[in-house]
Amino acid sequence: MRIQNLPDKQGHFGIYGGRYISETLMPVVLELEKAYLKFKSDKNFKKELDYYLKEYVGRPTPLYFAERLTKKAGGAKIYLKREDLNHTGAHKINNTMGQILLAKRMGKTRIIAETGAGQHGVATATVAAMFGLPCEIYMGTEDIERQKPNVFRMKLLGAKVNPVSSGSCTLKDAMNEAIRDWTTNVWNTFYIIGSVAGPHPYPMMVRDFQSVIGKEAREQIKNIEGRLPHYLVACVGGGSNAMGLFHPFIKDKGVKMIGIEAAGYGIKTGKHAASICAGKVGVLHGSKTYLLQDSDGQIIHTHSVSAGLDYPGVGPEHSFLHDMGRIEYTAITDKEALNAFKVLSLLEGIIPALESSHAVAYAMKLAAKLGKDKIIIVNLSGRGDKDLNTAAKEMRVEI
Amino acid sequence: MKVQSSKHVPASSKQGFKVQSRIGQTFKRLKDNGEKALITFITAGDPDLKTSKEIIFELEKSGADIVELGIPFSDPMADGPTIQAASERALKKGATLSHVLELVRDVRKKSLIPIVLFGYYNPIFIYGVEKFAKDAKNAGADGALVVDLPPEEASELKTHTDRNGLDLIFLLTPTSDDSRMKLVASQGGGFVYYVSVAGITGARKELSNTIQKSVTRVRKFTPLPVGVGFGISTPKQAGEVSRWADAVVMDIEE
Repeated sequence: MRIQNLPDKQGHFGIYGGRYISETLMPVVLELEKAYLKFKSDKNFKKELDYYLKEYVGRPTPLYFAERLTKKAGGAKIYLKREDLNHTGAHKINNTMGQILLAKRMGKTRIIAETGAGQHGVATATVAAMFGLPCEIYMGTEDIERQKPNVFRMKLLGAKVNPVSSGSCTLKDAMNEAIRDWTTNVWNTFYIIGSVAGPHPYPMMVRDFQSVIGKEAREQIKNIEGRLPHYLVACVGGGSNAMGLFHPFIKDKGVKMIGIEAAGYGIKTGKHAASICAGKVGVLHGSKTYLLQDSDGQIIHTHSVSAGLDYPGVGPEHSFLHDMGRIEYTAITDKEALNAFKVLSLLEGIIPALESSHAVAYAMKLAAKLGKDKIIIVNLSGRGDKDLNTAAKEMRVEI
Repeated sequence: MKVQSSKHVPASSKQGFKVQSRIGQTFKRLKDNGEKALITFITAGDPDLKTSKEIIFELEKSGADIVELGIPFSDPMADGPTIQAASERALKKGATLSHVLELVRDVRKKSLIPIVLFGYYNPIFIYGVEKFAKDAKNAGADGALVVDLPPEEASELKTHTDRNGLDLIFLLTPTSDDSRMKLVASQGGGFVYYVSVAGITGARKELSNTIQKSVTRVRKFTPLPVGVGFGISTPKQAGEVSRWADAVVMDIEE
């Protein structure tokens, strides 16, 4: 099977992926897979999704040539795929819109989701409000503290935000709690997972919904430059924005792809969230994938200045494409990301999300090493308004 | 406290399940005496391994027929707050899968009570599936139940549990349709663990009113004994469930 055609029927990408979930949930994910495959090829479903993506989300998003950033880096041309311009300020809504249309068709009457940075929570609460479905969001107490504006946003949108104070009080624990809710309310509840993670069919389905990013970027760069880019760069927590940009280019052998994980205080300090760069294979939240864990298979606490990357796992397809050598993975520290956050704000008038700042930081380093005839596309997955408190604190500024 | 069936053992408890394992023998012995099995769960290493050993002996003395020994995991997604907290306490004390197997070995010096290792897949996967099956059997464990390992993903472990004569026990739930029942029946060993409610572990005030019907349905698909668990926490509830099931799994809370 060609690597762009995975997963196989059981949801495996090579040894990765699968459905490692309790028996209670098995019939639900089988039902979901069946429904997804049915509606995926349904013309009306596609038409409705396209309509909302255009008229409500604001797609297509621009592919913007960052001239001053390019000049500063002093090498390859840097283009930004402006996912920050989507309604709700990040790429997350591409996926929540797809999933809620599916939920409606499946007759589900209640929506739940986990969230880290709050972007997926906001995107879920938004589509739930729009379609009039009750919605509950699970969020770690540490993330609630550092993403207060998003918590208020979700509440404004009518969602109930359930604080999760177990384990590390971040995204991983929010996902545990959402899975517990799903197991308990299995009959009426649709769980909108926000990344290319979880049991099959989620990694495939979320990738497909996010692939609109890469499909657009591919056409846009061909129109602007008359050719495909040399590099794609995107940040990777669970990895949905990266997979969304990368996947439509997988078969283009000349396009190199680099996923940027969170190095936190530095990989050597052990305080980071770089699952592929520093983890080993294991099983968590429904799939087999690279995980940050100790020698006994216990999941360890991660650190990143950006809540959206602060997760000990990664989507299984990323693990597979890493092993195949198709995507390269590296990591950027908190400090480098914060610097990129400032540089992009000053030079381009764009305040990026701290997550996306990791990709920008790497792209600047990469561009400097390349000739001026080379092209890099960076996925600017979200905007930074939600991070102003964190950034101000890190920069020791009172706001 | 043997759970006495308050009714005649239903004729649907078919003959013919494999009796060579200690779990199978236990069910057969109880059935011959007209009794039902009481299965109790504890998290290994909570509050510490030495106490866990003593608790197992106490449980056996007070009438437990099978012990489910929980392997602590950092992210127990199928469990409620009680077991999650127990798991956290055990991990804080440094309990590892190796320690759990040592505990089984220790218990075996004094007791023949069947032991089912109950846990999540990651610690087993990291320990090594082949090594786990061998070491668990050598330590004296009788079965394993891995909550997040449905039959679809179980073959890499089952190859080794089969080879080593360890019963790999699967779950059925109120969401299981006929095709799930068939699949679990064809793969499962030891007994079938029927989860009485869609949800996570933990005490509940009310028993589901569909247990009788469900157990009868499960029996259509498998000759294995049927244990019912999740949310059964009082002797009254246990007594009621034992009218239909071959075993009752009790969540002992505090």
